[in-house]
Amino acid sequence: MTSPLRLCVRRTSASETRGSATLVTLRLPSDVNCIEEAVELVTRHCLAGHDATRTIRFRLRVVLSEALSNAIMRGNGEDHTKWVEVRAELVPEAIRVSVTDEGPGFDPGAVPEPLRPEQLDEAGGRGLYLIRKLVDVVQFNEQGNSICMILRRP
Amino acid sequence: MGFNQTKGSSGVVVVQVEGQLIVGNRHELKDLVQAALEKGERRLLVDFSRTGYIDSSGLGALVSISKRIREMGGELRLSGLNDDLRSLFELTKLDTLFAITETPEQALTSF
Repeated sequence: MTSPLRLCVRRTSASETRGSATLVTLRLPSDVNCIEEAVELVTRHCLAGHDATRTIRFRLRVVLSEALSNAIMRGNGEDHTKWVEVRAELVPEAIRVSVTDEGPGFDPGAVPEPLRPEQLDEAGGRGLYLIRKLVDVVQFNEQGNSICMILRRP
Repeated sequence: MGFNQTKGSSGVVVVQVEGQLIVGNRHELKDLVQAALEKGERRLLVDFSRTGYIDSSGLGALVSISKRIREMGGELRLSGLNDDLRSLFELTKLDTLFAITETPEQALTSF
C-alpha cells in the first residue's frame, strides 16, 4: 500500500556565516496510525549525518508524537479529510519543529499542569505538559492551531 | 511496534512493549490486559527493555490498566525503563504511582 504521507527534504550546504541546515516538511492525514511513521521519517531525515545525542533523538520523537496526536485528535477531530503539516528545521544551534492542523485552535494558557495528587489517576492531560518539559522553547500562533517547539543542541 | 505476552513458571504475565507505546497502539495494550484479567490473571509485569519511546497516551493507558488491575485485586509492575523513559515518569510524577524495577527479573522475584 502506498503511504499517504508526503515528505520533502531540503539540505543547504555549509556557509561561512551560518553553517549547514536541513529542512524537512511532511504532510499527513488525520489518522493516528500515521504518527509512528511520521515521527520516524522526520527524525531520520532531520538528524541524518548529525551526531545528536540519544536524549535529543528521544525528546524529538516524544514531542513530535505528542504534537501530532494533539493536532490529529483535538485540532482536526480525526477528520480524515483534514491534514497536518510538519516543518522541521535543523540548524547548527537548534532543532525547530512546527506542527499545524486545520482546526479552530485552542488556548494553551488554559491547559492546567497535571501534577495534583488527585490527577495522578487520570488517563489524560499530560501531553502539553510533557512537551513544555522536554523542549527549550514552546510557542503557539495567535489562532492556537500551530505549535513551534525548539530543542537547543548541546 | 507490538506486544509480546508470556507467562513463565512464576505465574506472572509479562508483557514486553516492542517499539513504541503511543496513541496508535494504546488500546491494544488495554485490551490485552483486560483479556488477561478476564482469564483470571492478577499479577502483571509490563517490561520496557525493548521500547523506543512512550507518549502521554501511552502513559495514560498504563494509568488506566493500573487502576483496572487494582480494582480486580491484582498487582502491576513496570521494568526495563532506560534513563530517557524513566524521565517521562519522573516529570509526570507517575514514578510515585507505579512499582518500578530496573530489570524484569527483579520485578518477578519481588512479586
